[in-house]
Amino acid sequence: MNTTYLKPEERAVFALRSLYRGYGYLPFKMSKFEEYDLYVRNKDFLVSDRIITFTDVGGKLLALKPDVTLSIIKNGEDRPGEKQKVCYNENVYRVSGSTHQFKEILQTGLECIGDLDSYDVCEVVTLAAASLATVSENYALDISHMGILSAMLDEITADTNMRREIARCISEKNTHDLGRICAEAGVSETDTAALRDFVSIYGDMDTVLTRLAPLARRYEAVSVAISELTALRDHLKATPYGSRVRFDFSIMNDMSYYNGVVFCGYLDGICECVLSGGQYNKLMKRMGRRSGAIGFALYLDLLEGLPHTAPAYDVDMLVLYDETVPVSAVTAKVEALRNQGKTVSAQRSIPEKLRYAALCDLRKEETR
Amino acid sequence: MINIALPKGRLGEKVYAMFAEAGYECPALLEPSRKLIFENPEAGVRYFWVKPSDVAIYVERGAADIGVAGKDILLEYEPDVFELLDLNLGKCRMAVATKRDFYDDGQRTLRVATKFTNIAARYYASKCREIDIIKLNGSIEIAPILGLSDVIVDIVETGKTLVENDLEVKETILPISARLICNKASFRFKTAEIEKITSYMKAQVEAHD
Repeated sequence: MNTTYLKPEERAVFALRSLYRGYGYLPFKMSKFEEYDLYVRNKDFLVSDRIITFTDVGGKLLALKPDVTLSIIKNGEDRPGEKQKVCYNENVYRVSGSTHQFKEILQTGLECIGDLDSYDVCEVVTLAAASLATVSENYALDISHMGILSAMLDEITADTNMRREIARCISEKNTHDLGRICAEAGVSETDTAALRDFVSIYGDMDTVLTRLAPLARRYEAVSVAISELTALRDHLKATPYGSRVRFDFSIMNDMSYYNGVVFCGYLDGICECVLSGGQYNKLMKRMGRRSGAIGFALYLDLLEGLPHTAPAYDVDMLVLYDETVPVSAVTAKVEALRNQGKTVSAQRSIPEKLRYAALCDLRKEETR
Repeated sequence: MINIALPKGRLGEKVYAMFAEAGYECPALLEPSRKLIFENPEAGVRYFWVKPSDVAIYVERGAADIGVAGKDILLEYEPDVFELLDLNLGKCRMAVATKRDFYDDGQRTLRVATKFTNIAARYYASKCREIDIIKLNGSIEIAPILGLSDVIVDIVETGKTLVENDLEVKETILPISARLICNKASFRFKTAEIEKITSYMKAQVEAHD
């Protein structure tokens, strides 16, 4: 297939489907609609809680799906020892963060659901990095682990608002407000210092793991997360993507749904995160499932922002004809040019807005 | 090249002085002209003047890698950016003010005039107080005087305007100052340069404290 004329997001769909199928992720097709109730019960999991709803013919309140993951979880079942590996390419409907308007967003991604082990986590994170590499040469994958902050907060405060405020500061790399909030709430100086250090720990995987060690000594449960990140580091360094991966704990997903690694992918030239994912065993539990799950989505609509060189022409050749030129002659000319690999537009006059590299005027039987 | 969005006005000039002190000079910036974009390729920076309330948008959308915005704007619009440093400039506070003789008995919906509707809504929601928000774009102080609102939520710097209009601060919502903000994707791809600028700026802030 000649993919020259495909847009970056269209090329990505083909390449990523092939990548995911190669690792045994089977396509999952779902309906455009879901019962509204599914999203109401898990609205904090959604990127935006604004949902387009309508009443179906039977009077049931439905929603144009704002998310894919919840539908996949709902339609699966727990089978001990097994894993369901699915990939998808779906439109979702939600309020865009940048325009604050409803938008149809094309997502591609995958989910691995079942009795997860460390291989599954490594495979999914590697596929996230591979997805970014497929789309652009200059990419970055930042990985965090929700277990670290959870373990620290469990020992610092049980106040939900306080936990949320601290998490917000960490996601903003905002040490000044973090210090103020902790002081106002009477958090000890040692814990405040630990939180401020935590904000400043980011960068290459080896350095970050070294800098995390003192935290593990102070907050016991942090060591579990560190050993998971260490295993992931060892795995990723053996892949072609290791140099593009960093640990950064400003990557934050809702702590009531996500429990393990979470990650965000960036492409140079696009101002926001294009890939987002993580391990969401807590969401599974809330939806009555015993299994674990990890997955990610790549927002294909954002690929429009990739730097590209606009072609100077719409077509290589404009072929002009009139009623004196036989159809067979127009066809022969068009096919001959097509066989030379040129793009052709056959017209009876020169369209005002068509840019062409050369003109072949069959009316005069000469080429300019 | 690091793109820096500066807020037009006195605050922007003070902030530029900090950048210049840190080694990111661009003298043409202060010359009188109608130009809005200034570049110093040797220092690796490009500055542009924008409306203070637009700085966060330029940074969030990646047109600027870093910028300086007031905490009031960040709280009102909640842009998805990193907030790297409190510059301790442009210090003031977001406050609830009203006529000296106004007493809120909590028995009826409180009419709140403000430019900062999100901040006001969040503040009163946290106090479980029912309010009617009146969005105004300027001269907020006259709203309670003319009976348009019971209170106002606005920025208070010296409090002089309030006093002259027979108003007073009833509650302080939070302190405000200028913050150095950064686009999240830019931070990933220009980490070293942005960290360097931030550390130079931080040293100046600490020296002034």
